[in-house]
Amino acid sequence: MLDASEGYITEDGRKIGGVVMEMKNITLRFGGVVAIKDISFDIREGEIRAIIGPNGAGKSSMLNVISGFYVPQEGEVWFHGKKRPAMRPYEVARQGIARTFQNIALFEGMSVLDNVMTGRLNFMSAGLLSQSIWRGKAEREEVENREAVEKIIDFLEIQHIRKTPVSRLPYGLKKRVELARALAAEPKLLLLDEPMAGMNVEEKEDMSRFILDVNDEFGTTIALIEHDMGVVMDLSDRVVVMDYGKKIGDGTPEEVRNNQEVIDAYLGVAHD
Amino acid sequence: MGRRETLVQSQSGAGGLQSLPALLHRNATQFGNAPAYREKEFGIWQCWTWAEAAAEIRAMALGFLEIGVEKGDHIAVIGRNRPAHYWSMVAAQMVGAVPVPFYQDAVAEEMTYVMEHCGAKYIVCGDQEQVDKVIEIQEKVHQVKHILYTDKRGMRKYDHSQMNALHDIMAEGRAGHHRLDAELDRRIAAITYDDTCVMLYTSGTTGKPKGVVLSNRNVIESAKNSADFDHLTRGEDILSYLPMAWVGDFIFSIGQAYWCGFCVNCPESPDTMMTDLREIGPTYFFAPPRVFEMQLTNVMIRMEDASPLKRRMFHHFMAHAKKVGGRILDGKPVSFGDRLKYALGNFLVYGPLKDTLGYSRFRVGYTAGEAIGPEIFDFYRSLGINLKQLYGQTEATVFITVQPDGEVRADTVGVPAPDVEIKIDEKGEIHYRSPGVFVEYYKNPESTASTKDAEGWVATGDAGFIEEGTGHLRIIDRAKDVGKMADGSMFAPKYVENKLKFYPDILEAVLFGNGRDRCVAFINIDLTAIGNWAERNNIAYASYQELAGHPRVLETITNHVEEVNKSVAADAMLSGCQVHRFVVLHKELDADDGEITRTRKVRRGFVEDKYADIIAALYDGSDKVSTVTEVTYEDGRKGAIKATLTICDAKVQPVAQHKVAAE
Repeated sequence: MLDASEGYITEDGRKIGGVVMEMKNITLRFGGVVAIKDISFDIREGEIRAIIGPNGAGKSSMLNVISGFYVPQEGEVWFHGKKRPAMRPYEVARQGIARTFQNIALFEGMSVLDNVMTGRLNFMSAGLLSQSIWRGKAEREEVENREAVEKIIDFLEIQHIRKTPVSRLPYGLKKRVELARALAAEPKLLLLDEPMAGMNVEEKEDMSRFILDVNDEFGTTIALIEHDMGVVMDLSDRVVVMDYGKKIGDGTPEEVRNNQEVIDAYLGVAHD
Repeated sequence: MGRRETLVQSQSGAGGLQSLPALLHRNATQFGNAPAYREKEFGIWQCWTWAEAAAEIRAMALGFLEIGVEKGDHIAVIGRNRPAHYWSMVAAQMVGAVPVPFYQDAVAEEMTYVMEHCGAKYIVCGDQEQVDKVIEIQEKVHQVKHILYTDKRGMRKYDHSQMNALHDIMAEGRAGHHRLDAELDRRIAAITYDDTCVMLYTSGTTGKPKGVVLSNRNVIESAKNSADFDHLTRGEDILSYLPMAWVGDFIFSIGQAYWCGFCVNCPESPDTMMTDLREIGPTYFFAPPRVFEMQLTNVMIRMEDASPLKRRMFHHFMAHAKKVGGRILDGKPVSFGDRLKYALGNFLVYGPLKDTLGYSRFRVGYTAGEAIGPEIFDFYRSLGINLKQLYGQTEATVFITVQPDGEVRADTVGVPAPDVEIKIDEKGEIHYRSPGVFVEYYKNPESTASTKDAEGWVATGDAGFIEEGTGHLRIIDRAKDVGKMADGSMFAPKYVENKLKFYPDILEAVLFGNGRDRCVAFINIDLTAIGNWAERNNIAYASYQELAGHPRVLETITNHVEEVNKSVAADAMLSGCQVHRFVVLHKELDADDGEITRTRKVRRGFVEDKYADIIAALYDGSDKVSTVTEVTYEDGRKGAIKATLTICDAKVQPVAQHKVAAE
């Protein structure tokens, strides 16, 4: 069923479309260190795709390759049926890819609202002059974008901290603000780097619900890296498992869970 | 004498305004362009005029007809304060159904009993969370015919054969109005003054909740009398944030709002209540003491961090306000110099402070439900905020006694409200009779009979007395909680607990000692106040439990307890109630665990059973106790926390026992 290029229907009735991004034989080296070794997999439209693996398996490097931040020495990244050249981060953003970071990267001194507004950058085109007198296009754009941002603030239930400077927020909320900023860009593909790291059970449950709701409401394709196996298995449609830079498993959570190599990697078997 | 006359008069005087739909029609036709509802959504206050609200409510009522709601059906409403939820209650009345608001934070298990008892076939849910609970309940209770929800989020995947968005049935109702209009008008016309207006469940400090049936007469008469008493107009703005299942919210946000025609403002989310309060600046406000306490604590904490100049100015002018503010508010004579200084203080301190708190337009407001600390009460009144107390019950449609302007004191609950008669029986229990007296407890004639006698007198279950001279009522405690100590002296736990709770550091206190030779207590610390204190004193802590057991916290609490003992000892009648030993609990008493009700009243018997081991240790002289406590998480799952608690001794004042016995 997974092979059909038109996509498939999940157990809970969501339609997963065709391939949007394909990684072909990616190898990434940092000097002599091989971070990723000959990995291939694809991401389909509308699915939640997880990349898991023990510490140092190369997950974050993989996400950076997807986001275009790292350019692999070997292999190709295909996005929407086209081979993707090396790009600058803003070009990636324009293609409809947004991300959050493992170590939160927000503007600490700015309010939540302003932080989320920065995610709308690609929807604003008013010039310096118009912006500085805040008339005509600049004003109109701000109103439109504020409206979009308010919908996201409502969606992620962060109304109560709208005007709070980010530096004053607890960790779990900062993560949510980062997600809000990523969503403000209306991405087609959303990359989440350890969205639940350092959270308690309740915060993890909240975040899981938001991820599922984002996928369900906006139809956003999501690729995420996560440590917490339980969360990953509940959330994702398909899982790629990495260990020491190699892909050791790929499939539905059920398939991955029963994969002997994956079990070994997680329980710890000596490597030659 | 005059009572019957006023009743008859108001019935005819109301000009056929004998139901909320009738009042809605009056408001929509007489001042249709005035704001009726506001709700903050997407960062902006959205507004509906009376005419718009009436159209929305009518569409909803047509939708109810479309899905087959019959006269006499019960429609449960479970959600936070939103215009759509208020509308659904009035729409239910239009089609002859009975709205039953539920406490939205109740877990599914708790909701099952009430759901089964009222037999609601139609449920209006706020969001997915509430729908999930109803579906869970449906496994046991099969009566539900249709679930409606306001927030569409996350609902797409659900089986919609018996489910619909409220918005969608409103559209269906609008589309089918040619077919349904006649039937709806017929049903609205059939509503009488004695039909049921709403059914509200009591929070149930003891036993199962009871469904209090209130008629249109109860609600409209009470709303009218209380609105006249405080001269409420249609210019008022209120903030509706208290649970919709609570009678107070029904009377303020629906009864009085429809009678007077004022505007109901709904907060954006429960967490934004304080910001929304400030933005709206209500003219008429209602809050349990906790809200005022919390605000005062926040003000004090922020003043600690203010610059020395501001801090000195604040303390200087607050001292002046304490001296003359209350007197100015009560219209008592105050010297010209003091008035001038108060005016200056108002410009420099009181005004900005009231603006920050959201009280700059505050004309009249009430606190009720629990006793409020005299310092807290005086703080607000000295700022010129007309905060008053009232005493009420669901069974009375809120009002039993209220404080008239100019006769406001922290230690009484006022004089009988208009049209209310009060008597104290030989045991000291308060009884009342009024047009607001409830019709019955739903499906519970025994309880109805034991609470309300043939002449319409209702027993409150509270012990109190009427003060000589002023005619004000003073409440001592719940009648059944008042007991005797082993030596025969009076045991009134609430009296001592309130004194303890007036300290910002103490959130909750429970006193034990009925039938024993001395009293002991449980104490919950207030995390906001103590947490802030810990921060300022460089005390590190990882959890509530750790902070609650910190030696310096225990030392502070011991000081508070000893001060309370001194003040209790001064009262000859209750000096036996001094706290000999106490323990600071390792968890907050929580409604999810059944320890307090949803309206935050301690369920004494339950707590006594649950923590029997700790109470035993308090009496047997041991200095530590290890305990395992079951806790319920928000989603209904259970867990356990283990703790070893330190038992503290408090100094007590010598008691002249014989004097008490001799009296």
